[in-house]
This record gives sequence, structure tokens and C-alpha cells, in this order.
Amino acid sequence: MIRSITKQKPFEEVLELLSGLDRIFLAGCGTCTTLCRTGGMPEVLEMASKLGEKGKIVTGQMVIPVACDELTHEAVEDHKQAFSEAEAVLMMSCAYGVQTMSKQVGLPAIPALDTLFVGKEMGLGRFDEVCTQCGSCVLGLTGGICPVTACHKGLLNGPCGGTNNGKCEIDSDKDCAWTLIYLKLKEQGKLDLMRKYHDLRNHNVEPKPGKIRLPLE
Amino acid sequence: MNRSFKEVLGSGKFVVTSELGPPKGTNLENMIHHVDLLKDKVDAINVTDHQSSVMRYPSLGGALIVKERGGEPILQMTCRDRNRMALQADLMFAYSRGITNVLCLTGDAVVVGDHKQAKGVFDLDSSQLLTAIRTMESGKDLGGSDLDGAVNFCAGAIVTPEANPIEPQLIKFEKKIAAGAEFIQTQAIYDLDNFKRFMDYARPFGVKIMAGVILLTSWRMAEFMNKNVPGVFVPQPLIEEIKSAPKGGAIAKGVEIAGRMIRRIKEESICDGVHVMAIGKEELVPDILKEAGLANGS
Repeated sequence: MIRSITKQKPFEEVLELLSGLDRIFLAGCGTCTTLCRTGGMPEVLEMASKLGEKGKIVTGQMVIPVACDELTHEAVEDHKQAFSEAEAVLMMSCAYGVQTMSKQVGLPAIPALDTLFVGKEMGLGRFDEVCTQCGSCVLGLTGGICPVTACHKGLLNGPCGGTNNGKCEIDSDKDCAWTLIYLKLKEQGKLDLMRKYHDLRNHNVEPKPGKIRLPLE
Repeated sequence: MNRSFKEVLGSGKFVVTSELGPPKGTNLENMIHHVDLLKDKVDAINVTDHQSSVMRYPSLGGALIVKERGGEPILQMTCRDRNRMALQADLMFAYSRGITNVLCLTGDAVVVGDHKQAKGVFDLDSSQLLTAIRTMESGKDLGGSDLDGAVNFCAGAIVTPEANPIEPQLIKFEKKIAAGAEFIQTQAIYDLDNFKRFMDYARPFGVKIMAGVILLTSWRMAEFMNKNVPGVFVPQPLIEEIKSAPKGGAIAKGVEIAGRMIRRIKEESICDGVHVMAIGKEELVPDILKEAGLANGS
């Protein structure tokens, strides 16, 4: 399953964002930020206690099952009283959840987290970015490994000179995508695919911001 | 400097290139001094493009200075900082000012440099930049529009013969040649027997290859490169040789080693020439060439 991967903002930055706002409703998310341990129940409780120490009044707190879902308004209804007493909602969800909440309530929805990437859970506590939704999928030619995402430079025609014994020049913990692609294609007996020259990428397949309207009757 | 680099490449002579890194700032005195020192001793001078992603005076500006002072510049162009529009514009500008040699590079990652939060562009890669040049030479830009006045470049690229695994690099090398690379300057090599094996593979492609020679200035530098510079491998006996130099003699030993390597490359016709990188010690390049028996620009 794909996950929105987050990290907590420094607490000082959260306080800065909440300056002048004393009564806070605190909301985590039961899905991605629970898995990332950035906005599940333990993190929400810890944040409530830290805000309390700084003199903030937490009018209510909850972990919304899926903060980016439109059902968020039902969660708001369930905590009507606590929301009405709050001056802001501090969201311990990804930016999708923040924006969903912002549409549901009149209050400012303030992020307590930074959203890093849309990733895949590779094991407990391990998340990798494997697709950046470029609009022009090359996986059929690259052994099922995306160079647009997994190569730091997004190179289409093979490794750069910074590849170092299978690792990336920016971080020895990160694999060189093109070494992985090479090994995979070699194993599949399809190295010829790696010899294919990729012409210049279209960076505007779906010009930002993406917007699709299906012709449904 | 009477002959263009393209003419030199075609002449069959042993080609010698060197390189300069522009300064951080607008004081060009030192760079100009190095241009004057090297311009008649080498066939062409590369000017690096924010090498190691450290922001500096532009390679285009440095290449212009080489040209203005009578040298033959090789403009290094990376894809890190410019999208295809800016790259094409700079290529037109370079050509219009008499800069006709370009070395096409992908470029180091932004995060290894001194502006770590900058956006890395990489709209094109090195092989696509070569394609861009060949497209512009046909009188069209990358958007398919006609150019009123085309360009004409001697374009090159790099290869890392010591990379591990090597095959992905070789596949890329072949793509660069197919995309129009006329010359190749290699990453630094120190093990000539290994390099000979690379040349056995590379020679049939018919592209001119200059072996990269980086001046070793201390055994610590050699160990640092082994640890930190991808695709550079200084064999232990060379490190021991520098260690054995008398106190204060490491640089002289490095000059001797570089000269010896170049001499052997030429004598055994291992490849078509050398690219000498002295990394801040450009004043020693003439000594290296002298040691190699190439005192008068070969």
C-alpha cells in the first residue's frame, strides 16, 4: 500500500505556527502517520502534553481513522463541542489530511508535520519512495525499477559518474538505481533494454497542478 | 595556439589537455595567470562548471577568457543548473563568441556542494545534451523551431574506466558515442594495466580518448580519493611511493608519478592523449609535461 511519509516539524516551529492561538484541537491520523509514528495516538498524546507545558489549552484530541478521507467531517461532528472551543486545529497528519480538515472546518488547520514523499512500506518502519508520478512510465524498460524516482538525478540513460560500488554519490545508504536496474535486467537477460536511448523527458505530461475530470454520465 | 581542438584531434598527434577551475568571486587574476601559463603548452584547456557543485565564476566566462588570451577552451557544461532552454541559449552564446568545444556532463548532485538546498535541474542528462548539440547543429532547436544561424561544436563526454560495476558505465559510454561524442576525457586512472583493458574495449569505437591524470600531492590525498571519489582507485604501491618521498618532497614525487604515467601512455600508445588535472596546482602542469617528455606541448 502506498503511504504518505512524514516527519515531525521541530516543536519550536509548531509553537511559532501556533503563536497567538491558545486553544487547540489536536488531530492525528490512523493511517500513514500512525505507521510512520509521527501522528498516531502516542504522538498525539505526547504533543498534547508538550502543548500543555507551554500553556496551550487542548480542547480535544483524536486520531481520525483516515484524515485525507472526506469522512473527516463526521469526525468533526463527533467532537463538535471541542472544535467550537478551539481557535485552531493542529494536524498530525500529512498535508492531504491538513487540506481535507481545512475544507471541513472554519478554523485554521495547522500542520505539525512535514510531508516528505509518497512511499511504499518495505517492512516495519521502512519506507521507500518508488514513484513520483511523472506521467510517462518507463518501468517496462527498466526492470520494474523507476530511475526517475530511484536515481537522485532522475537520469533515463544510465548511471552518472557518481555511482560508487552500487551506491549513490549523495548517500552511501542509498542504492544507485542504475546499478539495481542493470542487475535486474542482466538477471532477466534483457540488458538490451538498457542500451535503448531515451529521448528528452516531457516534464509537462500533466502540467502542475494535476487535474483530471472523467467524462462520466 | 593555431589549430582548433578538432584539428588537433584529427591530426593523430598525442593530445594534451588540462583544466582550470574558475574562482569563487570576481578576482580573475589567478585564473588569468594559469591561462597564460598553460595556453601554449596544451592543446586545449577545460574550464569546469561549478565543479563538485560548488558555486563559482561561470565556465562560460572562464572559457571566454581562455579564448580572449589566445588559448583553445573546452567549455564544460553540466545539466545540473540549467534546463534545456538555458543550455541551448548558453550553447548559442558560446558558439557566437568562438567557443567551439564542449564537454557534456551530467553534473554532480547539488547536495554534495555548497548550496545544498538548491534545486538540481537535470532536465537533460549528458547523452541528451550531446543530442541537443547535434540537433542545434542541424539548424533546429529542441522545440523543433528553426534557428536563424546554427551552431557547430566539437563535443565530448567522460567515462569512468574504474567504476564498479563497469558494464553500466560502458553502456552509457556507447550511448554518448551514438549521441555524437567526438572525444572522451576519462576520470582519473592510475592503474595503467587496467586502463589498457578498458582501451581494448573502447578503441574499436573510434572516438578519441584522453586518459585522466590527476596530480597526487600527498599520500593522504590518494587515500582520500580512494575513500571518497567514486571511480578513482590509486593502487597501494603508488601510495607507498609517495610515502617514501623525503619530507617536503611529496608534491615532487606526485609530479614524477604523473609524468611517468603520461610518458608510458604515450610511448605505448595506450590511448590518444591525456587530460591533466592539477586541481589548484596548475602551475605544476608544465613540470608534469616536462617530466613526461612533452615540454613543448608534445
